[in-house]
Formats: sequence, structure tokens, C-alpha cells
Amino acid sequence: MKFSLSWLKDHLDTDATAEVIAEKLSAIGLELESLEDPAARLAGFRVAKVLTAERHPDADKLQVLSVDTGDGQPLQVVCGAPNARAGLVGVLGLPGAVVPAGGFALKKSAIRGVESNGMMCSTRELELGDDHDGIIELPADAPVGMAFAEYHGSDPVFDVAITPNRPDCMGVYGIARDLAAAGLGTLKPIAAQAVPGAYPCPVEIRTDDPEGCPAFYGRVIKGVKNGPSPAWIQDRLKSAGQRPISALVDLTNYLMLAYGRPAHAYDLARLTGAVVARRARDGEVCLALNGKEYALDPGMTVIADDNGVHDIAGIMGGEHSGCSETTTDVLLEIAYFDPVRIGDTGRKLGLTSDARQRFERGVDPAFLDAGLAILTDLIVGVCGGDPSEVVRAGEPPIVTKVIAYDPAMAATLGGVAIPDAEQRATLHALGFDADAQWNVTVPTWRPDVDGAPDIVEEVVRIHGLDGVESTPLPRVDGVARPTATPAQKLERKVRRAAAGLGLNEVITWSFISEREAAAVGGGSWVLQNPISEDLKVMRPSLLPGLLSAVQRNLDRGAPSVRLFELGRRYLADGEHPAIVAVMAGERTPRQWQSGKAQSFDAFDAKSVCLEILRSANAPVDNLQFMGEAGSFYHPGQSATLRLGPKTIVASFGMVHPETLKIFGINVPVAAMGIHLDALPARKGAAGFARAAYSPPALQAVTRDFAFLVDAALPAGDLVRTVKGADKANVVAARLFDDFRGAGVPERQKSLAIEVTLQPGEKSYDEAELKAIAERITAAAAKLGAVLRG
Amino acid sequence: MDYAATLEDALARIAAVQDLGALEGLRVEFLGKQGSISGLLKTLGAMSAEQRQTTGPQIHALREGVTAALAERKAALESAALEARLASETIDLTLPAPAAPRGSVHPVSQVMDELAEIFADMGFAVATGPEIEDDWHNFTALNIPESHPARAMHDTFYFPDKDAEGRAMLLRTHTSPVQIRAMLDVVKQDPGGAPIRIIAPGRVYRSDSDATHTPMFHQVEGLVIDKGIHLGHLKWTLETFLKAFFERDDIVLRLRPSYFPFTEPSVEVDVGFAIVNGKRVLGGSGDAPGHGWMELLGSGMVNRKVIAAGGLDPDEWQGFAFGAGIDRLAMLKYGMDDLRAFFDGDVRWNAHYGFNPNDVPTLSGGVGTAA
Repeated sequence: MKFSLSWLKDHLDTDATAEVIAEKLSAIGLELESLEDPAARLAGFRVAKVLTAERHPDADKLQVLSVDTGDGQPLQVVCGAPNARAGLVGVLGLPGAVVPAGGFALKKSAIRGVESNGMMCSTRELELGDDHDGIIELPADAPVGMAFAEYHGSDPVFDVAITPNRPDCMGVYGIARDLAAAGLGTLKPIAAQAVPGAYPCPVEIRTDDPEGCPAFYGRVIKGVKNGPSPAWIQDRLKSAGQRPISALVDLTNYLMLAYGRPAHAYDLARLTGAVVARRARDGEVCLALNGKEYALDPGMTVIADDNGVHDIAGIMGGEHSGCSETTTDVLLEIAYFDPVRIGDTGRKLGLTSDARQRFERGVDPAFLDAGLAILTDLIVGVCGGDPSEVVRAGEPPIVTKVIAYDPAMAATLGGVAIPDAEQRATLHALGFDADAQWNVTVPTWRPDVDGAPDIVEEVVRIHGLDGVESTPLPRVDGVARPTATPAQKLERKVRRAAAGLGLNEVITWSFISEREAAAVGGGSWVLQNPISEDLKVMRPSLLPGLLSAVQRNLDRGAPSVRLFELGRRYLADGEHPAIVAVMAGERTPRQWQSGKAQSFDAFDAKSVCLEILRSANAPVDNLQFMGEAGSFYHPGQSATLRLGPKTIVASFGMVHPETLKIFGINVPVAAMGIHLDALPARKGAAGFARAAYSPPALQAVTRDFAFLVDAALPAGDLVRTVKGADKANVVAARLFDDFRGAGVPERQKSLAIEVTLQPGEKSYDEAELKAIAERITAAAAKLGAVLRG
Repeated sequence: MDYAATLEDALARIAAVQDLGALEGLRVEFLGKQGSISGLLKTLGAMSAEQRQTTGPQIHALREGVTAALAERKAALESAALEARLASETIDLTLPAPAAPRGSVHPVSQVMDELAEIFADMGFAVATGPEIEDDWHNFTALNIPESHPARAMHDTFYFPDKDAEGRAMLLRTHTSPVQIRAMLDVVKQDPGGAPIRIIAPGRVYRSDSDATHTPMFHQVEGLVIDKGIHLGHLKWTLETFLKAFFERDDIVLRLRPSYFPFTEPSVEVDVGFAIVNGKRVLGGSGDAPGHGWMELLGSGMVNRKVIAAGGLDPDEWQGFAFGAGIDRLAMLKYGMDDLRAFFDGDVRWNAHYGFNPNDVPTLSGGVGTAA
């Protein structure tokens, strides 16, 4: 919402400067976006008189002027304008002045060898209009030497962001009322003289859609003469950022901008029969004033005559019945439209307008007659003509809201104690009325106010929020308790564990492309209105986002990329937290000790996976090792870890080459993922004390066993079996060699395991050690393992 | 026999020995079973008492002198040998050692941990909610009915299908729906309701993308529901939070009236800053010379309709809510200036702006990590 200071002063009697007003606007909730001061833009430009004008010796189209700037000593200025001549009073930009249109600073220069000490300016150069045919011609009696800003009159322009709850401030008058309440002057009463009609309105006006258009008032003015609107109207519209069109159009716009009251003027000659507010019919179209055609439906309200639709009610007028230079008779429409209907229609049509913004927020239902009177008065004053009587179809929904209020709430809700008298005065200035018992009647222009907290807001914002004193929240009794949930603690732990393993945490988009989603089995949640095809499907896995990040890093030349992300996967049944890590490029660079660079393999993924699981206190030893990690993994170099056959806790391995191809990656990538919500919760409230333990007095002994087994036997199975062979004695079993070749039969391998035995009360003797070894060998034999001699 | 001369001769030979093998040879020659000094000792038995009395000590002195010289020479030779070996083992320690890779925690995660820490001290728990929301929780319950102009201002991402209750599904446009879920949760556990103090950090989405907006970003919601809570409590809470977050006592807030459908009254919170080396640094009043005010977050007293939608009685309970951008807080505190880089995953950026995992924000150690 833009308006000039002089416009504001039409409604507000004030001596306050633009700066003071600007500060106050923000302080009372009308947030100032900008305050533009034309005086600053016109600094360095002066009223100046051309004394002589001679042809430039070296250029046909240039003249050399001698210009009186009021300083006594005339300046020489070279000028190319055709209207430059002796005697002309115009505007001279002195060296140093910045030309508003070009943004460049003027300086003393030589033009084709002739010194020039400034520039005589056109209207367009000073951004005061579009004229660029010649330099500005001021009246002959304009005071030579006066700063042009002072002569022209400098009218600062405010730009204020109006929040959606304040339709009343979508007119300058409403803003003036708020400022007056805040103590910045006196609100001037609206000078709306009812203009009596001399004859009955010749047009039938009806509303056949009382729901969408509860009230439709109108009147005809015959014999108007349309043309440019007067300068003061044009100035006001320009300050609001609107282009003047013609008096009839400008005056309706002025009514809207000054009072927040949209209206419409039809060229009566283009209308046939009754003018009716009704629902649109299927298949009806309207060519709107913006030149676009809109297909309407019965959910929308229109203004139509016998020939069809002339107005998308409350949003935009029709091209065919708008006023033009030739209009002589007009029909004025001032109506109340249902805010919801307007909003729905505007959204459906994708059409916004100044009128829609006001109607959908709720215009004052009690301002129809006054608005029509102001508009009639303005039109008759500018364009002449004879107004008819007013026709009033339907009734606007004027509801008198009365709110029970307690002035103590300013302190108990608003945090600032305000004397009752001040509250009462504020409310009164804003158009509210509070009786002795503080029953507050809400003005008709405040659809947003419907409860006591709204009243608090009114008195507190006008009083000023600087008065709100910081008040400590009461401290919760007792000692501090953890506020994080187990799930939150788990996330914190695994995040820092992963980072501690050398991985960089990244955050990637929650949405990915369909192609990327398909690479990990497809997503369940596809956006209806994605911002792009690349950000369309809610990720079913964190892997695609990480692989894209890997690809970007590799393309930038990163030799080694280790990333992880902790976030949600979006599946049909909901959102699931996961941590996924990827490793690509060099695990170790080439080195003087170890030689060539080494790349990541599946065991790096396994190691990261297990380390993170251990950091999460997961029961790593109880997890079952299985396959089926997913089609995006290398089928022979990937695995899952499960709690029971169905619950996948984690997966890891090398990413499938075909998957890598989709992401444009041409080096191997190791990856692992953990489903954080599949980890078992820690049982019960165990308290802090650990289970009793004291280290065994006797030293543990180790024995090595080498077995020949089928080459296809998973080593982990043998280790698990060995470890479980004698639970009373075997405390650890660690595989340290996997050998195939000389001495080992075809399709077999030799697995060497170091077994740690822990004696209890007394040391083992030879017989005991032999018995343990036999139990181990016997257990291994069940897997087909033969002890090597 | 001239024992003194014999000793002198033996000591000279021992001193001249250059390796341990030759030294052992001398030991055998002098002190072995057949050794010369061992032989002298054997002669004592055949001597007379007087002779033994004069000769005995001389022979013993000879033996002791030789034994000591042998031991001393042995130690010297061993020490020299060790020195020689160590000298031969010298390595160039300026050669690089194997380096463990260094990981990092993303600034958004770090700041979320900082927020949790600061607010825990004020009694706030961390709450979460779904990112795929329904329009009741995201809009309607927050006093943004279907026709409300504010709905259009939210640039919402929608899904084509509705949920079982016929609610439109969307990506939450703010963390505010967690307010509703937190209240409903409390009511479920205790129908009378109970005081609530939560923050809810998380991902939010708007269909908006330019230099300073990304379609996904992070917000933190705050909610306090209790008895007798007013705007002054809100101001104190935000002041305390910002002072703790930026570790500055001179944080100055300015409240400005504004409008959010879910709060009434609503206030926009500005924070004063100074320009230091071309960058905005929070602190001081924005009205001071060379200072300014920066819009930091939106807040207000929870709208009665929202409290009712949360299942609580608005005549009994009131409170405040606020929402702030986590990415923006991180940028202000740690000096990043490009939001888009947060979500790119460039390892160089992460190494520079990310955090050492051991820098866990704590109240005692400080919730901020120095550059």
C-alpha cells in the first residue's frame, strides 16, 4: 500500500514529519517497507532561465545556452532539446546532481569542444513523467535560482505492508485513523455529502445471488464528460503506483485507495436490460480488463446483463463494458461480496487484483451509501452529469459485535499495564465504543476483531510494545531432568559417532526425482505441485540424495568423499528415521609407506555400520547376517543385519554399478544404512548401576584352530559355531586367516581362528584343554569343517 | 711374582679390547677354569700360612681388579653397541604419518543441539511431528481456514491424495502444527491438560526458490502453555535464548505488532545489530548510531482458537508461541552467507563450516563453538 504524505494529510491533520510518521507506522503494526523522499532525488536541480541560445559551432542539433541560475554569473550549457530557446524557464542540473532516470552524476564537460556546466532536463529525466520531447518548460514567473525540489513540491511516499487482518488499512483513511489513535494528529471526518438524485435510476439492479452478493447498490449518472482526471487525483494515483487512465476510472480507483472501498463504473451504452448479480453459468466466459479471457463456473459470482457477463464480481471488470473517452452515461456499482466467494473465485481463476485483495479480507459492510456518495460527488465535480436516485438491492451483512473485555488483560495477556482511561481513549479513537462495564462494540470495518485478545492487541499496539517488561518464566521445581527422548538421544549419539568415524554430515533435499526414486525401489509420496521434476518424490531412502552429493563432489575433483545424512525416509506407512553413509574415491591416498592409493570396499561399509551400531548400544552380536540388501547394492558384495528374519536393522555393501550409472558416478561406492527405528529400545528403567563384575583373577589362554571347510561356507558361520561350542570357557573367537591354494584341496579353504579361553577358579590342565578343543572341533564338524593336522 | 705388574698388564689388555667377543676371550684367559688368575688362586692352597697371608691379598686384589675392569669394559662396549644400533635406526620423522579422516557435524544439526541445550535449561523439551502433514494440523487448527488469504501466502506443496479423514495432505509449511500435536498429546495423557514447554525444530517446505529461499529449510517452534503467561514472558524467553545463543549480554529486542492467524496479539521480533567489518553483528540497540534492527522471528500469544483446537480450555490456559529460522540463526552466528550451500553437500564447505563431533554443546562448556 503506497501513498504520499499530502494524501495522508487529506485525512489526518498533523504536523508530524514523514520520518516521525514512518517510525510510528511500524510501531503500531503497519510495517513500513520504504519511505521515498523525492526531495532527496531532486537535490542539485534548480529553476533556471535561458538567457541566450546560439547554434553550436560544430553540431547542427546542439545549442549553446547561457543560463541564469540566480547566482548572478550565467553558466554556459550545451543542450540538444529542440525547445531550448532564450527566455525559457526550465530545470538545470548542476555538476554533482544525480539524474534520477539514469542514476548518473552530472559533471562539467566539453561537448564537441564547447564547455558545458550542467544539463537542462526533461520530465522523463527527472522521472516526473514520460515526456522526453524537450526540456521542462516552467511558467515564466517561476523563481529563478530556487531549488527545483522546493518549487515542484516534494511529497514523500510511504510504502506500507498491510497484514491480511486489516482490510480497513487498505485505504489511506484507515491508516490515518490508526495514526490519529497513536497520537500523531486528528482524523478529519469524511466529507461525504449525499448527492440527491433527480430522477429514478433507469436501470433495473438486482441480486439473484444473495449468498455471494448480499448487497448491490447502484445509480446512473447521465451526461458525464470523461477525460483526463485532475492533477491532484493523478498525483495521488501515481504515488500509489497506479497509472492514470481517465477521470471515471481514476475516480473509482481513488475511492478504493483512499477508503478501501472498491467500486465499478460501467458504460451504460454497453449494457442491455437489467444488471444482475448472479452465479456464473457453466461455459460462460468473461474477457476481463487485463485482456485475458476467463472461463467461469457456478461457484463464482458475476455481474451480468441480458447479453452476458460484464464483471467477475469483486475481482475484475469486463473489457466490453468499461468506461472510455466516449462514455457519456455511467452506471456505478458498489456492492458487498462474500469474502470466501471472492477468495475461492480468485484462486480458481489465478487472478489477483486490488479489488479482490480488499473484498476477500472483508470491506466495511456499512460503507456502501457513503462510498457511493463520495464517488458520485467526485464524478459530478470532475465530469459533470446528472445523478439518478440510488437503487439498493439486497442488504449488506452488518453485524454489531460486542465483546466483553477486561482492561486488566492488557497486563495479564499483553504484558503491559495500561491505565483504563488510556485504553478507553485508544479504543474510541479507533472507532470502538466501550461502555461503563467494558462491553466493547467493534466498528463495522474491523472484521478481524472477534475476541478480548484482539482488544488487547489494539490497546497494546497503540500504547507501544516497548512498554512490555521482560518477565522471567517461573523455574520448574526440582532438579533438572533430561528433556530429550530416547529417540532424540539415539540420533545425537549416532550422528556424532558417524562424524567421529571421519564422515561429513550433509543435509540433502527430502524430495528427489522420479528416476532417482525408481533407482531405490520408487517412492510413495509424489508432489502434486513440485517446484521442478528434480524435486518431486519424497525420498524412500537417503541413498539417492547422498549419491547425488557424491557425484557433485567427484565432479569437483574431490579425491575422497565420505558423507552421511541422518534424516527421514518417507514410506507409505509414514516417516522413518535413518542414518546412511557413503564412501567413494580413495580410502587412503598413495603413500610413501603403503604405496598406491586404496579405494573403499564393502568391509569399510561393514566397519562403519558396526561401529555406529555399537555406539548406539545395539546388540551387534545378536544380529543375523543375511542377504537381500536391495537391488541397488552389488548382489555379491552386500548384506543385511537383522533382528529376527524380518526386521532389517541395517544394510551395507558396494552400490550396484547400474545404480551408480544413474547418478553419473564411475568409481565404486561403499554404502551403509541403519534404520534407527528398527533398533530395539533399551529395556526398562535399569537405573545407573551396572551388573556386578570383577575381572577374573586368572589369565586367559589362547589356542589357534585351522579348519578346512567348503569354499562357499560363510566364515562368520564357523566363527559363530566355534564361539558357541563351549560357552563356559570360550569368551572370544577371532578369525585371522582365510587361505586357499597350496596344501588346500580344490573348492575348499582354510580358516584359522584364534580362540580365547577364560579359566574360572583354577587354571586349565592338559585334559581340560583337550576336552575343550574336542568340543570345538566337534561343533565345527557339523559345518563340515575338518581340523587341519 | 710381581702381581702389580701383572694387574697393570691385564688392565691394559682389557682397555684395548674393541668387541665383546675378544673381551669374553680375555675373561676366559684370566678368570676361566684354566685362566691365569684362577691358576694363581689355586696356588694359595699349597702355601704356608705366612706366605698365604702376604700373597693371598695380592692375588685377590689382582682378581678383583681384573673382574671390575672386565665388567666396566663390557658395559662400555655394550653401550657403544646400542648407540651404534640406534644411530643406524634413525628415521625421518618429518615424513607424513597415516592420517585418520576427519568428519564433521552439519551446522544445522549443531545449532539444533545448541537450541535443545539452551531451552532445556528453561525447562523446554524437544517435540517433533510429521513433515507430511494434513491441512487440518497445518492450517485449520492454527486458525487458517480454507478461504483464509494467509493460506495462499504459504506456497504450499500438496500431495494428490487425501488421508482417511478426507484431509488434504501436504508438506508442512512451518513447524507450528507441532503446537497442535503437543497440546493434543498432553490432553491425551491428562485430560485436564498440563503446562507445556516445548521447542520443535525440523524441516519445513515452501514452493519457493531463489538466492535466499530454498524449497526446504529448517525452523524451530517454541510453545509455552501455562497459567498467567503474558507477552512479558515471551520477551524474556526470547531475550534469554538469544543472549545464551549468541553468548552476548547486550542483545536488545524490539517487539512490533504484526499478524499471524495463530497468535493474538502477534508480534514481530527485531533484534539490534551493529555493522562490524561489513557484517551484521547482533548486539546493542538498533536505534544506536551505526546500528539497525533486523527482523528475526515471529511470535505472539497463542490464539484462543488454537488452544481450543489443541483440546485445552482457553479460559484456563494461555501461552505464547514463536517460530524462527534455524538456518538463519546458524548463518548469523557462524557467518555463512549462502543458504543454498547448506544443502549441497560440498565436502569443502562441510570441512570449513562443519563442527568437530567432540564439540558437543553443553551449558557448562558453552553452547557455541569458537571459530
